[in-house]
Amino acid sequence: MLRDITLGQYYQTDSVLHRLDPRVKLAGTLLYIISLFFFRNFIGYMVAAVFLAMVIKLSHVPFKFMVKGMKAMLFLLLITVVFNLFLTPGEPLVTLWKLTITREGMQTAFTMAVRLMMLVIGSSVMTLTTTPNNLTDGMEKGMRPLKVFKVPVHEVAMMMSIALRFIPILLEETDKIMKAQIARGADFESGNLIRRAKALVPLLVPLFISAFRRANDLAMAMEARCYRGGEGRTKMKPLIYQRRDRIAYLCILAYLAASIGLGRIRI
Amino acid sequence: MSLILDHVNYIYGADTPLAVKALDDICLTIPDGQFVGIIGHTGSGKSTLMQHLNGLIRASSGHIYFNGEDIYDKDFDMKKLRSRVGLVFQYPEHQLFEIDVFSDVCFGPKNLGLDKKETELRAYDALRQVGLPDELFYQSPFELSGGQKRRVAIAGVLAMKPEVLILDEPTAGLDPKGRDEILHQIKRLQTETGMTILLVSHSMEDVAEFVDRIIVMNKGSILYDDVPRQVFCHYKELEEVGLAAPQVTYVLHELKRRGLAVDVNATTIEEAADTVIKAFKG
Repeated sequence: MLRDITLGQYYQTDSVLHRLDPRVKLAGTLLYIISLFFFRNFIGYMVAAVFLAMVIKLSHVPFKFMVKGMKAMLFLLLITVVFNLFLTPGEPLVTLWKLTITREGMQTAFTMAVRLMMLVIGSSVMTLTTTPNNLTDGMEKGMRPLKVFKVPVHEVAMMMSIALRFIPILLEETDKIMKAQIARGADFESGNLIRRAKALVPLLVPLFISAFRRANDLAMAMEARCYRGGEGRTKMKPLIYQRRDRIAYLCILAYLAASIGLGRIRI
Repeated sequence: MSLILDHVNYIYGADTPLAVKALDDICLTIPDGQFVGIIGHTGSGKSTLMQHLNGLIRASSGHIYFNGEDIYDKDFDMKKLRSRVGLVFQYPEHQLFEIDVFSDVCFGPKNLGLDKKETELRAYDALRQVGLPDELFYQSPFELSGGQKRRVAIAGVLAMKPEVLILDEPTAGLDPKGRDEILHQIKRLQTETGMTILLVSHSMEDVAEFVDRIIVMNKGSILYDDVPRQVFCHYKELEEVGLAAPQVTYVLHELKRRGLAVDVNATTIEEAADTVIKAFKG
C-alpha cells in the first residue's frame, strides 16, 4: 500500500530527459511552476499544457504511471476546488442552503484545479527522470553561489541525499515490521481513531529504533572513510553542461516567452 | 489437515518495467507434523513463498488450501489463518516493542482476543519452550543479547499456539552455539508438540540434521523436493545454483573416490563417522 505512492519516485528508463543535467531540470521545473501563475487567459493554459505534453512524451515515462501517483493528491485538489467554489464572492449562480456558488467561483475553482494538476505533474516529471543523487548533486552545484552568504550548501545537499536515500529503506522496513506484527495478529485497519493510533505503537517503536540504529551505523561508516564535510571534496562524475543542456535551456526560454507573451493578451 | 499450494504464481511490481517473477508455478503439499527445510539462494523466492502461506502476500494466480479450505475464498477468516500458521520473520528481534519481555510475548495471544489469564499462561509457556531464563521475563527486550532477543521474538509467535510454524532464517547472524541451541529447541518443539515446521535457510548444514524433507528453490521454482539424502546426491547441481551440500557429503564422496567403501548417503557427522569406522573395520 505504501509502495503505491509514485510521487517523488524515480522511473528507470533511457530518454533525453533522463540524460539532461539535473540543474537544467531543476531550473526548468521552477520556471514552469512560476509561469503557471503568470498567464491570465485560455491560450496560456494551452501553451502550458502542450509544453507539458511534449515533455512527458520526451520522458518515455508512461502517462498511466504518472497519474497513479496523483491519487494521493486528489484529496488536496478536492479541498481547493470546494473552497474556491463556495467562498469566492461574485455573481451568484446556484444557492444551496447557506452556500452560494458564483460564476467567479466556478472559474477560479476550475483554473486552480488545472494549475495545481499541471504543477504536480510538472514537478513529478522532474523526480521521475532524475535519480535522487543526481538531484541533490544538481542542487549542490546550483546553490553554490549561496556559499557567499555562509549557507552550508554541501551539508544541506548531503543531508537531503541521505534523507532521500533512506526513504525506500524505511518504507521497506515499515512494510516488514507491519507484516511481522500482522502475523502476530495486529490489526492496523479497523477501529476508531484512538484505537488505530494505539495500534501504531507496535509499528512505530521498532521503526524508530531501527532508524536510530541505521543512522548510527551510517555515521560510523562515513567517519571510517574519513568524511569531513565538503571542504576539498571532489566528484567522481562532475556536472558539466553539454550541448543538449544548452538546447534545453533555449527551449525553456522559448516556452517562457510564449506563455507570458500569449498568456497575458487581453481577450 | 495440511497445506496445499496449487500452481501458485507471484509477480513483484506487476505493470512496471521492474516486474519480477518471484514464484513460478509452485505446487506443494505439506502434511501435518512434517519438519520441512526450504533451501534457496538469496532471491530464490523462499521468503516470498513463506509469506503466501499465512496470507500476507496474495498470489498473482493459483490457490492455497489450508485444511481443505481455499484461503482466497471471500468468507475465509484470514485472522484465524494467521493464528494457526505462525510466521517468524528474518531478524524477528526487530519487531520487539514492549517495555518488558513478558508483555511483548503477550501481544500475539492478546490480539487473538483471549482473556488475561490465558494470555499470560501462553506467554509463560512459550518463553519456557524457547528456554529463556525466568529472571529475564521482566527485563526490557532491548537490553537482552542478540540470541535472547531472537528467542523472545520466536516465543511471541509460539504464544499464539500455531499448528504450523514457519521460521525464516532463524539462525541468521547468530554464533555457532546460539545457532545450535535454537535449532535443537525447534526440533524438540516439533517432536513434543507434533507441530508442522517449515524452516527456511540458505545453509544445508543447518537443516540436514533435523528435517524430514528438503525443498530446494531456485529462481522462483522448486528444483528438488525430497528427503535430505536424496537431495544431497545432487551436490554438483546444487553448487551450480549457488548452494552446497553439507561438508560430510564432500568428504565421503572424496573418500569413496580414493577407494574406501563408505556410504556416501550419510547426512550428519555422526552417520558419517559410523560409516567411516565401518569401512575401516570391514
